[in-house]
Amino acid sequence: MIEVKNVYKSFDGVEVLKNVSARFEPGKVNLIIGRSGSGKTVLLKSIVGLHEVDKGEIIYDGRSFTNMSEKDRKQIRKEIGMLFQGSALFDSKTVEENVRFPLDVFSDLSVAEKKERTNFCLKRVNLENANNLYPSELSGGMQKRVAIARAISLNPKYLFCDEPNSGLDPKTAIVIDELIYEITKEYNMTTIINTHDMNSVMGIGEKIIFISEGQKVWEGSNNEILISDNKQLNDFIYASKFLKQVREGFLKKGI
Amino acid sequence: MTFLFHTGRYFLFLKKVFDKPVKLNIFFKQIIDEIDDLGVGSLGIVAIISVFIGAVITLQTAYNIELPIIPKYTVGVAARDTILLEFSSTIVSLILAGKVGSHIASEIGTMRVTEQIDALDVMGINSASYLVLPKVVAMVFINPFLVMISMGIGIFGGWAAGAFTGVVPSAEYIYGIQYAFIPFYIVYSLIKSVVFGFLIATISGYWGYYTTGGSLEVGRCSTRAVVVSSIQILLFNLILTQLLLA
Repeated sequence: MIEVKNVYKSFDGVEVLKNVSARFEPGKVNLIIGRSGSGKTVLLKSIVGLHEVDKGEIIYDGRSFTNMSEKDRKQIRKEIGMLFQGSALFDSKTVEENVRFPLDVFSDLSVAEKKERTNFCLKRVNLENANNLYPSELSGGMQKRVAIARAISLNPKYLFCDEPNSGLDPKTAIVIDELIYEITKEYNMTTIINTHDMNSVMGIGEKIIFISEGQKVWEGSNNEILISDNKQLNDFIYASKFLKQVREGFLKKGI
Repeated sequence: MTFLFHTGRYFLFLKKVFDKPVKLNIFFKQIIDEIDDLGVGSLGIVAIISVFIGAVITLQTAYNIELPIIPKYTVGVAARDTILLEFSSTIVSLILAGKVGSHIASEIGTMRVTEQIDALDVMGINSASYLVLPKVVAMVFINPFLVMISMGIGIFGGWAAGAFTGVVPSAEYIYGIQYAFIPFYIVYSLIKSVVFGFLIATISGYWGYYTTGGSLEVGRCSTRAVVVSSIQILLFNLILTQLLLA
C-alpha cells in the first residue's frame, strides 16, 4: 500500500499540491483524475520521488520514502515500474534492449535468462515479433506496450502510469487499460494511474481520487462516481454535452 | 546572479556525475561506444581542417618573409610551433566544442524533454553519472589522440603546400620542423587537450541535463553549450599557457 499524508508542493511560490492525503491499495487499479493543471502529474511524480515534497510524507508499505536516505530509496525504486506519458523509451536502443535494460542494470541473471525474461515480458504485452525494432519504428500503442513490458521486467510491487492513454485511439486505449488491469491482478501490484480519460475511469477505476486545484476533492470507486453529488466532480465528468444529456436522461427516468 | 547560479549548479552536477557506475561492464561498453561516436566520428573533420590550416600557415608564413637573409627553413619552424602550440590543441578543441558539444547537449536535452532521464531516475539509476561520465572519460581519453593526429596531418599539410607550390623546398621544410625542437610543446598541448576534452563533455552535459521545455529549448541549450564551452576553452588556454610556459 502507498500512503500520501498531508502533502504540499509548490513551484516558484505557486502552490500546486495543498494538503493532499490518500491511500492507494495493493492489487487494485487506483486512479488519480482531474483537469489538466490540477496537480495530478505533480502528485504522481512526488510519489515516485521525481519531485521532493515541501511538507507531508509518502509511505510505501510502512516505509517512509520522504524521510529515507537516497541509498534506501534506491531499494524502493527497484520495486517500481513506471509508464510515462510519452512512453520514454530509449531511442538508441531496440525494443529488446529497452525491456532488458532494468535486468542488465539490476539483476545478476545470465544472458540466456535475461533473454527469456525479456521475451516473456514482450509476449505478455502481445509484442512477440518486435525485438529488433527501434522505438521510432513503432506506433504509439506499441510504444506504450513496450514501456509496460519494461516496467514489469523486474516484477515490480508498484506500477505508476502517467496518462497511459494520451495520444491513443479509443480502441487501443482500451487495450492498454485492460493490459494494465490484468497485470495489476496477476502481480498483485499497487497500481496508480494518472488520467482524465473517462473510459479508463469507468472501465478500470477501482479506487478513484479526484484532484482539483491541488486539493483532493472526492474519493470513491467507479460505481460511486456516477451517483456522486459533488459539483466539482460532476462538472469534470459531465463536461461533454453527450454525457450531460445521458445523465439528465437518467435523472428524468429516476435511474 | 545567473553566472553564480550556473557555476554552483555546475559543480553540484559534477558531484553527481563522478559517482560510482552502477555496473562496470555496462560502463566500459558505454565508454567504447562514446569513443567511437565522439572521437572516431570526429576524425574526418579534424583531418580536413588540420591539412588545410597546416597548408595555409605554411603559405602565409612563406609569403610574409621578405628578407632574403631569413632562411627558408624558418617556415617549417613557424608552421611546426604554430601547429603544436596552438592550432592542434586549442583550435581543434574549439571545433570539437561545436561538433561534439552540440551533439552531447542535444542528445541529453532530448532525453530530458522526452522523460527518458526521468525513467532512469525512477529506476534508481544516477542519470547524470550514467549519461555523462562515459562521455567525460571518452573525451578525456580520445581528445589527446585527436590532437596528435591533427599535429601530424597539419605538419604534413604544410609540407605538401610548400612542396607543391614550390614556396618552400621539401628538404628545407623538413629541416625546419626538426630545428630547435622542444618536446615539451607536445606535452603542453596534450595537457591542454585533456582539460579541453573535460570542459567540452561536462559543460555540454550540464546544459543538456538541465534542459526544460521542448524542442526549442533543446536547440537553445545546445547553442549555449557550444558558446560556454568555447569561452571556457579560451579562458583555460590562457591560464594553462601562463602556468605551463611561463
